[in-house]
Amino acid sequence: MGTRKFLWDVAKKYFTVGLITFTISDYASVIHVRGASMTPTFNPETNTTFGSLTDDMVLVEKFCLTNYKFSRGDVVVFSSPSNYKEKHIKRIIGLPGDWIGEAPYSYDAIKVPEGHCWVEGDNPAFSLDSRAYGPVPLGLVRGRVTHIVWPPQRIGDVNRIFPQDRLSPN
Amino acid sequence: MGVSRLREFITKNKEVFNQASFVAQLICILHLNKTHISTVVLSHGPSMLPTLNITPDLLLAERLSPRLGKVGTGDIVIVRSPVAPRKVVTKRVIGVEGDSVTYVVDPNTSDRCETIVVPKGHIWVQGDNIYASTDSRRFGPVPYGLLEGRVFFRIWPPKDFGPLERKLHK
Repeated sequence: MGTRKFLWDVAKKYFTVGLITFTISDYASVIHVRGASMTPTFNPETNTTFGSLTDDMVLVEKFCLTNYKFSRGDVVVFSSPSNYKEKHIKRIIGLPGDWIGEAPYSYDAIKVPEGHCWVEGDNPAFSLDSRAYGPVPLGLVRGRVTHIVWPPQRIGDVNRIFPQDRLSPN
Repeated sequence: MGVSRLREFITKNKEVFNQASFVAQLICILHLNKTHISTVVLSHGPSMLPTLNITPDLLLAERLSPRLGKVGTGDIVIVRSPVAPRKVVTKRVIGVEGDSVTYVVDPNTSDRCETIVVPKGHIWVQGDNIYASTDSRRFGPVPYGLLEGRVFFRIWPPKDFGPLERKLHK
């Protein structure tokens, strides 16, 4: 009888803890960064032999989703427009109304439509981003990356870097 | 000394702790239900006439089938608007990825039709009242990731209380 009561108590405790963690993860969570598209901000040295062991872990906050206010230079997590199950991490370059040069040193400019943003990886050579699939609806954004939490030697804030040269002046 | 005093304090206030934990669990369950399982939406406006009324309708929407990829043609869905990320609109799914959709461009002025193939990872949504609806005819196919839920039940007004069926267009 005693063991049954003990097991019941343990189960109840686990249930409570699970509920609270799950709720908190709706506001802030820690995720893995895979791939080299955000080098040098995340995963500065890609090591193919160790793979995911050397990947960065980052903290994502979701309070920004209450009013969808973002700034140029924010690093965000969003679902891919062509496959909702994939999550991408990129930097916001342009907000609605901005004119973006399609590629560096190009004279073609695109206006970012209402409710969309222009996202690009920090490593243009390895990044599949708005240059491939165009502006992304802001509604697909799932959170904003604020801190690196792993590896320990690189714990710190994620800076808001804004490459001025990508915005067209007009 | 400090530990024993704390233990004494906890045993004295056990009832209070239990109550607080119960309330916390309840709040967590409500929150998780709202964000992951089902939610109540208030729809208004003329775009879904005659299925939904012009006066506010209270609807129940479940969030599981969009997540599992089970949303199909004819379902009424709530979608985060691609042009205004803070707004959620109620529309009907007309086509899923790979379908070819024929639509009247502007029924108020002409009968001109256009046919489009819905791209990968997107859906085509339209209001039931094509004369007064801002939908995919305006902003194009919508990424699947913007789906927020599938409407399956109407609570208010009482005379229309009941499940909402999947209905194919025409």
